[in-house]
Amino acid sequence: MTDIAPRATRVVASTGGRRRQRGGGPRARTIAAFLTPFFLPFVLFYLVPVGYAVWQSFLVVRRTGGQYGTSYTTFGGFEQYTKVFQNDEFWSSIGRIGLFGVVQVPVMLFVALIMALLLDTPLLKLKSFFRITAFMPYAVPGVIAAIMWSYLYSPQISPLVDGLKSVGLHPDFLGPGAVLWSAANVSTWLWTGYNMLIMFSALQSIPQELYEAAKLDGASNWTIAWQIKVPIIAPSIILTTVFSIIGTLQLYAEPAVLRQISSNISSTYTPNMLAYAVASGNNYQQAAAISVVIAVITFVLSFGFMRLTSKKAGL
Amino acid sequence: MALMFLLAIYFLLPVYFLIVAATKPQSDLASTNGLAFSHFDLFSNLSTLFSRSDGIFVKWALNSVIYAVLGAAVGTLISALCGYALAKFTFRGREFLFSVILGGVLVPTTALALPLFLLFSATGIVNTYLAVFLPSIVSPFGVYLARIFASAAVPEEILESARLDGAGEFRTFFSVAIRLMGPSLVTIFLFQFVAIWNNFFLPMVMLQKESLFPITLGLFEWNGQTARAPLLQESVITGSLVSIVPVIILFLLLQRFWRTGLASGALK
Repeated sequence: MTDIAPRATRVVASTGGRRRQRGGGPRARTIAAFLTPFFLPFVLFYLVPVGYAVWQSFLVVRRTGGQYGTSYTTFGGFEQYTKVFQNDEFWSSIGRIGLFGVVQVPVMLFVALIMALLLDTPLLKLKSFFRITAFMPYAVPGVIAAIMWSYLYSPQISPLVDGLKSVGLHPDFLGPGAVLWSAANVSTWLWTGYNMLIMFSALQSIPQELYEAAKLDGASNWTIAWQIKVPIIAPSIILTTVFSIIGTLQLYAEPAVLRQISSNISSTYTPNMLAYAVASGNNYQQAAAISVVIAVITFVLSFGFMRLTSKKAGL
Repeated sequence: MALMFLLAIYFLLPVYFLIVAATKPQSDLASTNGLAFSHFDLFSNLSTLFSRSDGIFVKWALNSVIYAVLGAAVGTLISALCGYALAKFTFRGREFLFSVILGGVLVPTTALALPLFLLFSATGIVNTYLAVFLPSIVSPFGVYLARIFASAAVPEEILESARLDGAGEFRTFFSVAIRLMGPSLVTIFLFQFVAIWNNFFLPMVMLQKESLFPITLGLFEWNGQTARAPLLQESVITGSLVSIVPVIILFLLLQRFWRTGLASGALK
């Protein structure tokens, strides 16, 4: 044994470190030693960039004396934010992502919930097979999932398009009206099983006696599922919803891949793609303002949703 | 039951398609049925994939492994230390620190990537392994899980008796607590591994040098070139298969860790 830690504790003890109320807990310096390895990088790579983005978003680049003057950076107040809110591309990207989220998130979570409830009934066979197939996409990175699906969407290669053609349908998965839903399908494919597993794990930890009591009272499987199981696992449904909201607002990889084969996705299709496009045009202050707005919307939506639902669910 | 089978087909379809497509010669991709095997060319596709651009795919695979395995290992250790301290030590400001971390869970990581790029370019870290590795080790969600796991799995009495025996806090942590937390640490590791493995935006913002790319970014770049170089298609398909199959197998083998981890994570 190296004996470093106890000695350190003793030194701090002799200088009068604060004691824990109960038992011989560690002193401040020891606690700091436990926390620092996480907090140092957390501050450097989370808090500092957030602060830096906020600071950048209040700056503007101006030029002295017309187009050929030298440029200088100065405080611009809310100028960058005004620009963001006046930018049509920003609003259309928000609108797109809003539509995407309002449809995709409920569909995905509803399917996940149904699967979790079915897996939780004793009636279903081949449980582990179904659980494993649904969870498998979680191991597939978004980019690669989008590449896989893009081959299934592409008219030249896709067996799906061929199959639908043979029954007289001519789908255009990459058309202007459809491509958003093609991207939504990739997200649904990726995340349904993961959400299902969170709900299923919560279901599994409900004590069986609860169901027996309900059965004695004459409740059907259906009633037990919707009146007992769903309310009990409400916290995990809320958790999956919050994760899905965050995920939706961050959407980047899937539309970026589909953009490689579809002209119906612009370089500013989602808020994150817009931020990246603006940053690539060297307008970092404007990109920072967009990033801050995305972060604030994410925060407000997920936090607001948590507050709203946990009040309703009486938690 | 029928519904579950339909869903299972839905989840399996793209992977099945990928397996079939990876065994075909490029010329058969468009001309034969995508769901039926034709000429079996998997091995020549693999050798094309691995030899393309002086074997850059192997380099990408190694990079992905380095970023994800090393990043998740370091990340799990620091999350465990922090989560354990938050669960087991009482000190002033503890709840405040915990709420700051919880706030971190809600910060979209893609919104962090751009300001991080500016900070890193000022310090010259951009376009190095560190640019992707360093931000990856931070996982607020890992700390959140570690705190829950530590309160559940490490009984107060054991800590007290270790202290009475004169063990320092670090010795207690590394020889006692970490073993009790073992299965949950695997969960944290897996969560973080997947998050880094799947992360695409950060490496895309940080890296210009192809030799530093992870697989995701590399395949994305190739996929973008297929319009000009259609022969790349087969390598993109085979490369996608090579990159996902080992991970899928690993995950299915480790399933039981996920279940316990998800259960305790979701309930609190």
